[in-house]
Amino acid sequence: MYVTLKDGIHDPQGKAVKDALSVLGFNGVEQVRVGKYFELDIAETSLETAGPLVNGMCDQLLANTVIEKYRYELIEK
Amino acid sequence: MRFGVIVFPGSNCDSDCRYVLEKMTGAPVFMIAHKEEKLPPVDALILPGGFSYGDYLRTGAIACTAPVMKAVIAFAKNGGRVLGICNGFQILTEARLLPGILLRNKSLKFICRSVHITCENNNTSFTSLYQKGEAVSMPIAHGEGNYYIDEAGLASLKENNQIVFRYSNVSGSFSDETNPNGSVESIAGICNKEGNILGMMPHPERVSDPILGAVDGLKLFLSLNKEK
Repeated sequence: MYVTLKDGIHDPQGKAVKDALSVLGFNGVEQVRVGKYFELDIAETSLETAGPLVNGMCDQLLANTVIEKYRYELIEK
Repeated sequence: MRFGVIVFPGSNCDSDCRYVLEKMTGAPVFMIAHKEEKLPPVDALILPGGFSYGDYLRTGAIACTAPVMKAVIAFAKNGGRVLGICNGFQILTEARLLPGILLRNKSLKFICRSVHITCENNNTSFTSLYQKGEAVSMPIAHGEGNYYIDEAGLASLKENNQIVFRYSNVSGSFSDETNPNGSVESIAGICNKEGNILGMMPHPERVSDPILGAVDGLKLFLSLNKEK
């Protein structure tokens, strides 16, 4: 799951990272947005059922949808 | 009034709140652990400052899943008075009991110093002893106090007179220079539409006993204590 700030939400941490990249000589970075990445192993084996389950986890805990959006990938092991 | 102070793992202003309430209001205070599912007989709850659950994930996010929070939410939705200070404010926004959210300070730095705040709404049970427009001094101590709400939410806050405290100068006016953390419109504290839930980043409990040299926060606890 990738949890990132919604467009338009100020990201001072992203700006600090962008400035640091510039100090290292990586010019031309126009914007940096810092987000969070989660890996979950879940017992559910049906991809159809897993989707709503993961949406619920993101909506209720892993993302705060006031400021964050999320997307995810489901991979069968 | 009978007060309850909720104690989460990582709360660190719970004893300060208890001390001030017991010493300065004389009211009984119940300390309520995060694991409790039922509340003792209380008339008001305080969610104290600290770093509940190590601020993991987002400040206040994990605390919302503590067993006691179901009872706190039911108490609040039933009109019970709830005061969230600092981390308590963050928990109240994560629990969606108050609108908006507290982001990292604009400077990315933890800020620990005294600031002036102005009471913008004294028509609440938390602020009735303050004058509207009265500037007082209280300490702030937070890394995530940058209050954010979208434009529609801000308009709703204003329409319903929910902005209770703003960071300001000593005469009560506010600007970018008096805004310590980047909060939208210098917001330091808000209440819900009904006025029974208040969240604020400054620490009134740290300026409520004369022995510490200042009592600018005391009127908040005295206001609450005179409610029925």
